[in-house]
Amino acid sequence: MAEQPILRAEHLGITFGGLRAVDDFNMTINKGELVGLIGPNGAGKTTVFNLLTGVYKPTDGEFWLDGEKMNGKKTYQVVRAGIARTFQNIRLFKQMTVEENVLVAFNESFSYHMGGAIFRTPRFWREEREMHQKAIDLLRIFKLEGLAQTQAANLPYGAQRKLEIARALATGMKLLLLDEPAAGMNPTETEDLLECINTIRDRFGIAILLIEHDMSLVMNVCQRIQVLDYGRTIASGSPDEIAHNPKVISAYLGNDEDDADTDAEADTADTADATADADGKEEHDA
Amino acid sequence: MKKSALSMKQSYIVCAVGIAVLFGLLMAVCESGAANTYIKGILMTCCIAVIMTTSLNLTVGVLGQLTLGCCGFEMIGAYSAALLSKMIVAKGIAMDPTARFLLTIFVGAVIACIFGILVGIPALRLHGDYLAIITLGFGEIIRVVLQNIPAAGGVGLDKGQAGQALIGIDRIANLYVVFWITVITVVLLFMFARSRYGRAVKAIRDDEIAASASGLNITYLKVLVFAISAFFAGLAGGIYAQYMGSLTPAYAGWLQSTNYVIMVVFGGMGSLTGSILSAIVLTILPEALRAFSDYRMLAYSVVLVVFMIFRPQGIFGSWEFSLPKLINRIIYRNGRGGAAKAAIAAEIAEFGDVTATAAAAETAEPAGKEA
Repeated sequence: MAEQPILRAEHLGITFGGLRAVDDFNMTINKGELVGLIGPNGAGKTTVFNLLTGVYKPTDGEFWLDGEKMNGKKTYQVVRAGIARTFQNIRLFKQMTVEENVLVAFNESFSYHMGGAIFRTPRFWREEREMHQKAIDLLRIFKLEGLAQTQAANLPYGAQRKLEIARALATGMKLLLLDEPAAGMNPTETEDLLECINTIRDRFGIAILLIEHDMSLVMNVCQRIQVLDYGRTIASGSPDEIAHNPKVISAYLGNDEDDADTDAEADTADTADATADADGKEEHDA
Repeated sequence: MKKSALSMKQSYIVCAVGIAVLFGLLMAVCESGAANTYIKGILMTCCIAVIMTTSLNLTVGVLGQLTLGCCGFEMIGAYSAALLSKMIVAKGIAMDPTARFLLTIFVGAVIACIFGILVGIPALRLHGDYLAIITLGFGEIIRVVLQNIPAAGGVGLDKGQAGQALIGIDRIANLYVVFWITVITVVLLFMFARSRYGRAVKAIRDDEIAASASGLNITYLKVLVFAISAFFAGLAGGIYAQYMGSLTPAYAGWLQSTNYVIMVVFGGMGSLTGSILSAIVLTILPEALRAFSDYRMLAYSVVLVVFMIFRPQGIFGSWEFSLPKLINRIIYRNGRGGAAKAAIAAEIAEFGDVTATAAAAETAEPAGKEA
């Protein structure tokens, strides 16, 4: 019998008034898999994330995490069950230190209660010490341990992105949802991030669902890609298949061929480049 | 290296000694006869203001939810405590006044806390201005209800008349007892704020969406903080009732609540030590300005306005005054300051950020002496 998938979504859909934001969304992610979710702006990618984290209640369809049904659960319940996310526009606890940001996400790992906090019981000290150590260990993966006592708002942009991922990891999740982690990053930072994503996937053996506009990143790291347009899945498959799928190309460039001709050429070239890059990397790795 | 700074245990001892010294000073002032009834009254009012301001700061500063109904809760506690105290006397139950005082203020606080939960559950679904208006309305409701309850007016329990002040409450509030209640309140609030609960609450203030995406149960934590604030407001109310000897419903209105919000903002949002200092300063200031008689409240307002223009973050901002840190700084000023700083930075549940501490060091030292 095959291993149970980490995430299984079936016919997920949501309607806002008359707008069908996401329709018939199906997805299966297995342990250790990295799946990309792409599509033009407004295609409903972030809405999918909001559905999977309980921010929105799906109007129809169901989804399971590790066999446990997640529909209708509140965000914190979904997070505690094991789906953590980062945000498109970074959301850190800005007035808190880097370490505190991580410790907040560790909150559920603490077992002391109000009494323990008030009377400063030995358990309180032991747990605070343990969690402090765990937080530093986690920050070390992202090379942020030296900044542990810095206020989060004062971090450079790339470090803020990484801290957000670190915080998501601290919730102890099974599935990580990354919403445009490379947005606004320079090539060096993107490279750095790529390394981080690979490290955490190898080390924690978690499944990752990635929304990203940086095609070279998506083509490089994802094993499978699913493409959304107007809330519908228009294609899904390996990076190579997606790069050459005519439906995907027309979704990104519009299907009026006369108008889009010159653009299309340029972009096909881009995509081809990206694919070539990916191929090159694979050869290199081999 | 580690020995160059105070250990955690030593820090606690330093704080305990600091509080004991403060109590010693209080006793010296009262016992030597240097303080007349007027001064003692101001000290008592200071204690009540400290309890109100620090507990309100937990909601307004640490949780970041503006509420304007704290005096509603205070008066629930005050009336409950006063009526219970009267009932005990009326029934002729023999009880030590201090025991009666402690029992009644505790019961008052619990009742205020229950109201806090009842109001908090629906109200905390709202944010910012809306929450402020809801809580303001709550305070007004309490005022109007108190005006219309016969038992809440007049001399006796059953002889009351609606719309009157409640008078004839035993004035059994003892300054020393109240001082220790204040100390316990502040210590409890500190322990709460510097634990995983405090961190979670601060996270909600900084970003609610990210906080729930980090697995925090926002509603539970908000109601918890609201209930804690209400509890201590009720406690302060019980003390107030048994210090003043009479209560009027008007005190539950928004004017008095605004006064406490001013104290919180003046001291610094999220800084409990700032709240303590500002509660004391802003209680004493109007009294100290009595010499200017007619211009007193004008001067008071000018001080507030000027202060807010030049230091909008309040006296302390989000920084906390800490006696152990001050001692560390004084003892290890030369050369070893770095080590001490590193040790402080390693302190678990560190609140103030390092840069702000350095900037605020100058303001801290005179403030420490004053407090």
